[in-house]
Amino acid sequence: MNEKVNITINGVPLRVDENKTILDAAEELNIKIPTLCYHKDLCVAGNCRVCVVEQVGTNKLPAACATPVHDGMEIMTNSLKVRNARKHIIELLLAEHNAECTKCYKNGNCELQELAAEYKIINQEFMNLVADHGCTIDDFSPSIMKDDSRCIRCQRCVRTCAELQGVNALTVAYKGSEMKISTFFEKPISDVVCTNCGQCVNHCPTGALIEKNYIEEVWEAISDPEKHVVVQTAPAVRVGLGEELGFEVGERVTGKMVAALKRLGFDAVLDTDFTADLTILEEGTELLHRLKEALVDKNPDVKLPMATSCSPGWIKYIEHMYPEYLPNLSSCKSPQQMFGALVKTYYAKERKIKPENIISVSIMPCTAKKFEANRPEMHDSGYRDVDYVLTTRELAIMIKQAGIEFMKLPDEHYDRLMGESTGAGVIFGATGGVMEAALRTAYEIVTGREVPFENLNITAVRGEDGLREAKIKIENPVKEWAFLDGVELKCAVAHGLINAREVMELVKSGKSDYHFIEVMACPGGCLGGGGQPIPTDPEIRKRRMEAIYAEDMGMPIRKSHENPEVKQIYQSFLGQPYSEKSHELLHTKYLPRERY
Amino acid sequence: MSVTTYQLKRVDLIFKNENDWKQILSKTLKRKKEDIINSLISSELKGRGGAGFPTGMKWKLTSEAKEETKYVICNADEGEPGTFKDREILTQVPHKVLTAMAICAYVTGASEGYIYLRGEYKFLQKSLYNAIGEFERYCEEIGFHFRIAIFMGSGAYICGEETALMESMEGRRGEPRNKPPFPTDSGYLGKPTVVNNVETLVHTYTIFKYGAKKFRDLGVQYSRGTKLFSISGDTPIPGIYELELGMTLSDFVEEFGDGDTKAVQVGGASGFLVPRKRFAETQIGFQGKLTGVSLPTGGSMMLFNSSRSMFNVLNNYLDFFEEESCGQCTPCRVGCQQLLKGIHAVKRGDKPAVYLNKLLKLSENMQYTAKCGLGQSVGNSFASIVENFREEMIF
Ligand SMILES: Cc1cc2nc3c(=O)[nH]c(=O)nc-3n(C[C@H](O)[C@H](O)[C@H](O)COP(=O)(O)O)c2cc1C
Ligand code: SF4
Ligand code: SF4
Ligand code: SF4
Ligand code: SF4
Ligand code: FES
Repeated sequence: MNEKVNITINGVPLRVDENKTILDAAEELNIKIPTLCYHKDLCVAGNCRVCVVEQVGTNKLPAACATPVHDGMEIMTNSLKVRNARKHIIELLLAEHNAECTKCYKNGNCELQELAAEYKIINQEFMNLVADHGCTIDDFSPSIMKDDSRCIRCQRCVRTCAELQGVNALTVAYKGSEMKISTFFEKPISDVVCTNCGQCVNHCPTGALIEKNYIEEVWEAISDPEKHVVVQTAPAVRVGLGEELGFEVGERVTGKMVAALKRLGFDAVLDTDFTADLTILEEGTELLHRLKEALVDKNPDVKLPMATSCSPGWIKYIEHMYPEYLPNLSSCKSPQQMFGALVKTYYAKERKIKPENIISVSIMPCTAKKFEANRPEMHDSGYRDVDYVLTTRELAIMIKQAGIEFMKLPDEHYDRLMGESTGAGVIFGATGGVMEAALRTAYEIVTGREVPFENLNITAVRGEDGLREAKIKIENPVKEWAFLDGVELKCAVAHGLINAREVMELVKSGKSDYHFIEVMACPGGCLGGGGQPIPTDPEIRKRRMEAIYAEDMGMPIRKSHENPEVKQIYQSFLGQPYSEKSHELLHTKYLPRERY
Repeated sequence: MSVTTYQLKRVDLIFKNENDWKQILSKTLKRKKEDIINSLISSELKGRGGAGFPTGMKWKLTSEAKEETKYVICNADEGEPGTFKDREILTQVPHKVLTAMAICAYVTGASEGYIYLRGEYKFLQKSLYNAIGEFERYCEEIGFHFRIAIFMGSGAYICGEETALMESMEGRRGEPRNKPPFPTDSGYLGKPTVVNNVETLVHTYTIFKYGAKKFRDLGVQYSRGTKLFSISGDTPIPGIYELELGMTLSDFVEEFGDGDTKAVQVGGASGFLVPRKRFAETQIGFQGKLTGVSLPTGGSMMLFNSSRSMFNVLNNYLDFFEEESCGQCTPCRVGCQQLLKGIHAVKRGDKPAVYLNKLLKLSENMQYTAKCGLGQSVGNSFASIVENFREEMIF
């Protein structure tokens, strides 16, 4: 199939597949062509034109990202004509851009800034257009801020929201000089179908889409001697944070992260993995209950398949798009919110601290968790369960601000009580992880035996395919679960909301007979979350995923129900999984929302 | 005296209605496909919608594309300011257009056709549907299966660009696509598609009727046949005229000018302004040996007499482009704003006259780097007006 063609780039001959673009071909020769609208996760737009190159013998300067090679093509990537045109294009972008870098959140991590620095765009003669555009800032959402004056209209966000997420909250409005990125009837992001997943933020090359940051609020809390500031860290943060602080992609920095958090001044450094394990016990038990009620008692009010509920991006998506399926969602809160509810009850009681003096902070790979913490439902401790949610990126900023030399830190351990975790908790950070952790536990509860997979690794639910299925047959269950004998448990795993839609359409059509589905809003799961380091792309997600599974393999305990602190909390506080106390603190409800 | 090599000739082929479409259709459908393509190629007909691509070649490429489903689209978006000839064709001789579409479908293997009708031409919809109904009935009668539907545009100039047009038909925002792939490989719904201008299709009808030679005998080398011109501006006789290609602008102005013509804008807003001193050496056609040859694009010819301010003319064009650019690509979206704002700044004295040179450079780079024909051609009018009437830009 793949015909080869001969081309030259900057005089160097090259033989490449004919379906390659000029950009890909140049990469083979290690020649870098600057890009802006191009992103490895997205379809090619070819609209910024920064990647133009000279095709010798023609009058046009084609866009390298959008132009396939053909035989005999001679390309120059840095001729005078190219340089002049490219400088003009960058200059034009800057003319339309609120280029006050010192007042920009993305200062230091902005693709436009980098390009301007590279090309030394110093004499900007074109006229400034920012004032003509009457740009607006949308800061109504607790998760995401949009500043049109920083937007270069590359449409990466639009393509992200459409192609990766299938949400289409962001679209292009108007044309010509008035063209801009907007929403349904130009409503604030908080009032439309947006799921707060933050994928658009992660894919935006500039400061136009950023997370709403709470760095100053957290510094203030830390400095308040009255307050006991507790921090929890999500599973995926430990495989991403290093990228922001000098480590290679895929480096696990759990111990250094804990050490850094202690040095930042948090009073206790605890682990969301602990509540991930707790989620497994609650959710696993819920699943078994549902199976019993649906299969044996034939209760029509009990819905299958049961869907996971730990991704707030997914929750908001289903509230908007498939509200009729809300009863299918597990009633479990996300691990973050379980943690929040327990910190101001269980932890407060054990540590003898007044809950009103506790500030609970969480470090998440996620922007949707900012919204989630802000939901009115999330006050079951009697207080706001989670006070501030910071992304992986915000944590990195704080570490830099504090002057901590992260790479030289020793490895330290989480504090006790809610700091113990298992491999099962860690893999929550990867797509398929919740499913795998749940199966490890549920299978054992039902049969009294470990899941029949080598090293407990249920590889069928792992990987990068958008939608994966697995079956596991239950044989010789213990007496209590005898009705499950011979039942083949059918599971599906989807990540990226575009695939969530696919799985929901399958369920809707009645063509599927799943019992349990796991959905993570972000591609790759939380390791590819909207709050993770920028850039994130397929290769980077793959490396973070390898790191997650390596972390799992390295844990002494790899099954949630064996987590000693989890056992302890059931013993001394919650009673048993799915108990009344659990329901009060660890479970919740959802509400239908509009479709726009 | 001018170096006139060619006399201006009025022709009457396009609107001449001998009501013989049934005959032409059934006769042509009996011919071999290759034969039809070859005669189109030998006629040297080039597209009348703007880009001037050889029509026979376009049909050939589409007929060779290996796909089951293909489409034929008649581009009736006619948005270029100062053109109104496609409207006249669809009013007067719609059956010629439909016949040509059917023959194109036969040659390429398409079974569905669309007319993308400019939103403002909604009043034509009813009469067109009547014509289509009659036409489809006849096709059924002779056992040729071909359906035609009308797709209404909604007023964006850019949707006349063939790939933006297809985006809009597919229910998305009208933004031009990257090319390649070209529509002949991957067009409407990703299928091989012929997009032809209304007038181009009527010329194929002429060729089917009279043969390639008769068409080829009209016009000059590189620019064969006739063309409809929408003539407006400072002329005593505005209107639509069918003229042979290849005339010089002197001859043209002799016929249509008001005796005081200072410049002619050839090819509408995306075309070139030709000043009086160049009339004699400017030949109206696609390409030629005389200097300053202009592409007719949509066929708009706008005459300006000495009472007109060229600054205002340019300002109008730039206003149009600044608003009608789809806005997706940087050179066009921001470039248009800069050119517009820039000439005003120079006029006001906020920028020195030499700033025009920077703008000229910009307009040249827009031509090289813009994603589609719109941004690529803004520089045509900009450079030709600024270079020829520089003092009018400054004082
Ligand atoms: C901005 C822009 C607007 C265009 N508008 C029209 C139009 O209104 N009608 C038209 O036939 N072609 C228009 N074209 C040209 C089409 O893209 C295409 O080349 C043409 O329809 C092909 O038909 P032809 O080969 O018969 O000329 C436009 C091109 C551009 C770049
Ligand atoms: S918001 Fe960001 S990603 Fe979206 S178009 Fe603007 S610069 Fe591009
Ligand atoms: S946060 Fe997610 S859903 Fe919301 S606009 Fe961005 S990509 Fe779309
Ligand atoms: S997948 Fe993870 S990062 Fe993404 S929205 Fe869900 S919880 Fe947040
Ligand atoms: S050149 Fe103008 S009209 Fe064409 S794609 Fe670019 S912005 Fe859109
Ligand atoms: S990166 Fe190629 S056009 Fe934007």
